[in-house]
Amino acid sequence: MTTLTLAKALNAGLRRAMTDDEKVVLMGEDIGKLGGVYRVTDALQTEFGAARVMDTPLAESGIIGTAIGMAYRGYRPVCEIQFDGFVYPAFDQIVSQLAKMHARTRGAVRLPLTIRIPVGGGIGAAEHHSESPESYFAHTAGLRVVSVSNPQDACTMLRQAIASDDPVIFFEPKRRYHVKGEVDDAIALDRAMPLGSARVAHARTGDGPAVTLVTWGGLVGVALDAAVAAADEGVSIEVIDLRSLSPIDYDTVAASVRATGRTVIAHEGPGEAGLASEIAAVVTERCFHFLEAAPVRVTGHDVPYPPAKLERHHLPDLDRILDGVDRALGRHGSQAPAAVPGVR
Amino acid sequence: MPELIQLLDEHGTRHASAEWDPWIQDLDDDALAALYEDMVVVRRIDTEATALQRQGELALWPPLLGQEAAQIGSGRALRADDFVFSSYRENAVAYCRGVDVVDLVRVWRGITASAWNPFDVGMATPQVIIGAQSLHATGYALGIQKDGDDAVAVAYIGDGAMSEGDVSEAFVFASTFQAPVVFICQNNHYAISEPVAVQTRIPLVDRPAGFGIPAVQVDGNDVLAVMAVTRQALDRARTGGGPSFIEAVTYRMGPHTTADDPTRYRAAGELEVWAQRDPISRLRTLLEQRGAFGPELETRVAEVADRVARELRAGITELDDPPALDVFSHVYAEPHHSLDRQRDEYARYLEGFTE
Repeated sequence: MTTLTLAKALNAGLRRAMTDDEKVVLMGEDIGKLGGVYRVTDALQTEFGAARVMDTPLAESGIIGTAIGMAYRGYRPVCEIQFDGFVYPAFDQIVSQLAKMHARTRGAVRLPLTIRIPVGGGIGAAEHHSESPESYFAHTAGLRVVSVSNPQDACTMLRQAIASDDPVIFFEPKRRYHVKGEVDDAIALDRAMPLGSARVAHARTGDGPAVTLVTWGGLVGVALDAAVAAADEGVSIEVIDLRSLSPIDYDTVAASVRATGRTVIAHEGPGEAGLASEIAAVVTERCFHFLEAAPVRVTGHDVPYPPAKLERHHLPDLDRILDGVDRALGRHGSQAPAAVPGVR
Repeated sequence: MPELIQLLDEHGTRHASAEWDPWIQDLDDDALAALYEDMVVVRRIDTEATALQRQGELALWPPLLGQEAAQIGSGRALRADDFVFSSYRENAVAYCRGVDVVDLVRVWRGITASAWNPFDVGMATPQVIIGAQSLHATGYALGIQKDGDDAVAVAYIGDGAMSEGDVSEAFVFASTFQAPVVFICQNNHYAISEPVAVQTRIPLVDRPAGFGIPAVQVDGNDVLAVMAVTRQALDRARTGGGPSFIEAVTYRMGPHTTADDPTRYRAAGELEVWAQRDPISRLRTLLEQRGAFGPELETRVAEVADRVARELRAGITELDDPPALDVFSHVYAEPHHSLDRQRDEYARYLEGFTE
């Protein structure tokens, strides 16, 4: 075990995957000498050579499209899209080609690509550098979508994503790149938690009022803070870090909601047609008779991601999540939905 | 104007070329007859499939009528270990790769999204998104390059695809990495109804130069010239010379698909002009001039074409619709608990109808 930042843990995961399988190649913009704008591929080109760590032309569709061709040839490409907002030029290759090829060819062609995408806001960045496009990809059959929140998951889940024979969209929350944690980069993948499973990041305690708080990626840290703050007021929050957004581990979510009777779902992306709505619907279907209150969504507004000086008004923060918890508890004094846009 | 490479003109006259003849000097009478047979057979497949669509056995068919030489000349230049990424009109290329004739039409019957295992024949199943396959071919070529192999990836695109961003991106990747890929652009003059002038102000063959990719323009209705330029491009790729581009100038004599009506956009007299440039009749003339076309060959070719057409018709009408739960099959390579649950729920729903 070593203490690593999330970014370094990803680097360790890549190194391990490249060592374990010579067919693993990295492709992306500025990932070679520079080591990526977030240094996730730091030193890997020196270690494995330019044939396996490829600085590509500045063309996102080209990166994914050529990676698909390399996968046809038996390679296992790991593509870096430099920022969340830069993925859209590759959307056709991801949605119409990558996601559909296995079904199209009735299983003859496997495309084990991993597409790494730094995701989300909270870092004061320029336009197109703070987006949360998870729903687009979770909506697309044929893709697996994951979002990591801590260094150990970052390392292990990246190795699992690369080892998976399905294409995986791998989201890395930028605001957590520098979070540190203990990391074992050699965990046997068949003994690790499956890639499609959720994790209880903070278990409920006591017999008092309890709420299940479902989130992932960049908001897991905020959710854990909320659990501490709520505990001071005698409210127990069970935080579920979804980890996987396609498929979603509803068994873990439902088990928690059946115990608490209340749920808040929080994400950075806009609420309209967002994943929180889907999760709220499934929770309602599966746990209806256990619910004490309607599921509550706390999300970004239905707006283009705002300029850096305004992003604190867009992103769900500690107060907005706690307000959502209050609403789930039906507490007197909690804000009505109409009064607090973005808290549904 | 670029030089149009032509070895066999529309009258069946063979023009000697010091540059290109060496690439096809092995073509004896038997080889020429084989190319003739290929073109006649794929035209017959095309006719039969069109008829099957008119009779309601197929939902749609994209005819290649007029483009036989462009596809047979290039398709027969390939090696078994080369790999083709094509669009949906390359039925003659698929025929060259050994794709079963019934598999050519399975998709158009609406019973599958693609019909063959690409690795069995060295050809990906047809791409519908225009130009997308040019990147797949380039990536496959990068894989060949990493393997140190001398196979070649071949992308078939059309004049319409030349406007797609993916094709330009493929040119950039292929050029900067010097990937062993050959881009074969069949300029058949139309992207559905849009004439090639909508796609370009300059000859398409002049574009790749800007990417650093050598390019030639060839008479796409001249099977000999197409084979010669394809062999040269393949050789360049095999020997580390990087990518090439071929513009095969041809003409789509039929509709875009059986759902199209070209009388709405085709210029008067155009079809007649191109009918004079037919790729098959000129090769027949050459064979006749060489004394290599007799009743025996004519009968043999007709028998093969008839047999293939019969196999196609018999095969297609025997195909059953797939079972309902097939919609859930192969979406993922590994188990996916949410989709498995959906499939099971739908299976139970369907069982409710069996009582």
